[in-house]
Amino acid sequence: MGAVAVFVLFFVISDTFRSADAITTVLYASSTIGIMAVGVSLLMIGGEFDLSAGVGVITSALAAGMFAFQFSTNVWVGVAFALAVSLTIGYINGLLVIKTKLPSFLITLSMFMMLQGLNLAVTRAVTGSVSTQSISNMDGFSSAQSVFATSFTLGPVSVRITVLWWIVFVALATWVLLRSRVGNWIYAAGGNADAARAVGVPVNYTKIGLFMTVGFMAWFVGMHQLFRFNTVQSGEGVGMELLYIAACVIGGCALMGGWGTAVGAAIGAFIFGMAKMGIVYAGWNADLFMFFIGATLLLATLLNLWVRLRTARR
Amino acid sequence: MSDNSPSSPLVELAGVGKNFGNIIALSDVSFAVRPAEVSCILGDNGAGKSTLIKIVSGLHQHTAGSYRVDGEPVKFTSPRDALDRGIATVYQDLALVPLMPVWRNFFLGSELTRGVWPFRQIRAEEMRDTADAELKAMGIEVPDINQPVNTLSGGQRQVLAIARAIHFGARVLILDEPTAALGVKQAGVVLKYISSAREAGLGVILISHNPHHAYMVGDHFTILKQGTVDLSAPRSELGLDELTHYMAGGAELETLQHELRSMDPPDVGAVHELSESR
Repeated sequence: MGAVAVFVLFFVISDTFRSADAITTVLYASSTIGIMAVGVSLLMIGGEFDLSAGVGVITSALAAGMFAFQFSTNVWVGVAFALAVSLTIGYINGLLVIKTKLPSFLITLSMFMMLQGLNLAVTRAVTGSVSTQSISNMDGFSSAQSVFATSFTLGPVSVRITVLWWIVFVALATWVLLRSRVGNWIYAAGGNADAARAVGVPVNYTKIGLFMTVGFMAWFVGMHQLFRFNTVQSGEGVGMELLYIAACVIGGCALMGGWGTAVGAAIGAFIFGMAKMGIVYAGWNADLFMFFIGATLLLATLLNLWVRLRTARR
Repeated sequence: MSDNSPSSPLVELAGVGKNFGNIIALSDVSFAVRPAEVSCILGDNGAGKSTLIKIVSGLHQHTAGSYRVDGEPVKFTSPRDALDRGIATVYQDLALVPLMPVWRNFFLGSELTRGVWPFRQIRAEEMRDTADAELKAMGIEVPDINQPVNTLSGGQRQVLAIARAIHFGARVLILDEPTAALGVKQAGVVLKYISSAREAGLGVILISHNPHHAYMVGDHFTILKQGTVDLSAPRSELGLDELTHYMAGGAELETLQHELRSMDPPDVGAVHELSESR
């Protein structure tokens, strides 16, 4: 509903927004947030946060780029290395949250800061600058690019492949949530972890798995950035983690877990994409993007609260 | 099911103790539950009731004594182990997930699936129908099996949890304060299910601090006090008055009464004068 409102708003205001090209651009902007939001929404439904998700994307991209360049391997080796790094980060996050029983907010905030520091320090130590060397002329680059960062034409327009992946991941996550045992466990782990444990749900494995899913998504988006731009800036990614969480909340995920959908998170991400591009197309000051996002988040939260109060009264 | 003659206990604890570090939560507790028997465990807050059921249900491990299921000594490492032996617990907080639909709660942790991994999926329709049928059999009419559990009344939730445990092959049902948060009518509904569970041949361990509720359904009563057994008696040797009396403090209360009698009754006036004369 919110998505329709935002769409109509920009549709009316801006001519450019109405073109097919603009829509694919909006979809692309949504997809990079949306792919991450899939992982983050699953984790939130499972009752946890991951603040390290934003810089985790960059960590993964840096790991792949530098590994492949320094060891002169096929880039796919770097890609595999980055996957291992991302999954390990997710695993460590999950393990720490489970073992210490501390709020995941604190654990992943620590991870966020540590990764942010490591991204900068390791990149400078290895390459001597703030970004990785271009890997565009290395073995396997074009095949990796065709997986992570190509475009294809659909009728009159060119669509980036991340849009396709986004749809695939949302569909997959929705299937898992509604039609698999694990989906039941995710809702239960976030809704009432003690109850879930008491009836034999492996809550700890479920949560660690969710953190690793976020790691996987971070790897995927990281690879997209690497193969789209050939190099990676080590300081990027900061602040993105909150954008992912905001997209999930706008899409109806409960902050305390146990409630939400992957499709909702996708709609949240789509609103972001429309806002980001719509502001540009409408000729407004692009600096207003964050203001717009903040206002949307506030509105969505108030709307959720209102709906909840209404249903509770009934 | 194993060959249980009416007298052989399903679950038997002998001299069981539990320490948390150097805090003694339970010591030398013995009790048993047989098929078609409701064994009540009563006690004040902090008497060790919760610790005891956590041992029986596999959440904690005992540190002394023996715990036998069907005569075999066991040491459970998780609630799953206990469930596999047919010991199911319905907790005070109900072990239900409030925001999840009734049928998903019913099958939580024991979902029916088909297909091979990674395409294995849940049999949603079948689970909906089964949950609906089971609840109807227990006499609960849920308007919509898809509605979240937090829309049910307290008594309905309690019975849902009990129905679930029975459906998944429980032989021993541990009920932790099933009537604590309920009104009289709702508590009645739950107590009726407890007695029908007994008629079905289940062993029921009923934890309560309400002697009236316990006496309505109980066959055997164990009262815990400060981690030890204060009283253990079958229904035939115990009246409700006695049980209530024990619950209210029992021997301690008698001592207090005795002390009070042996003292001169305090005269309020005299005390008043005394304090004035100072």
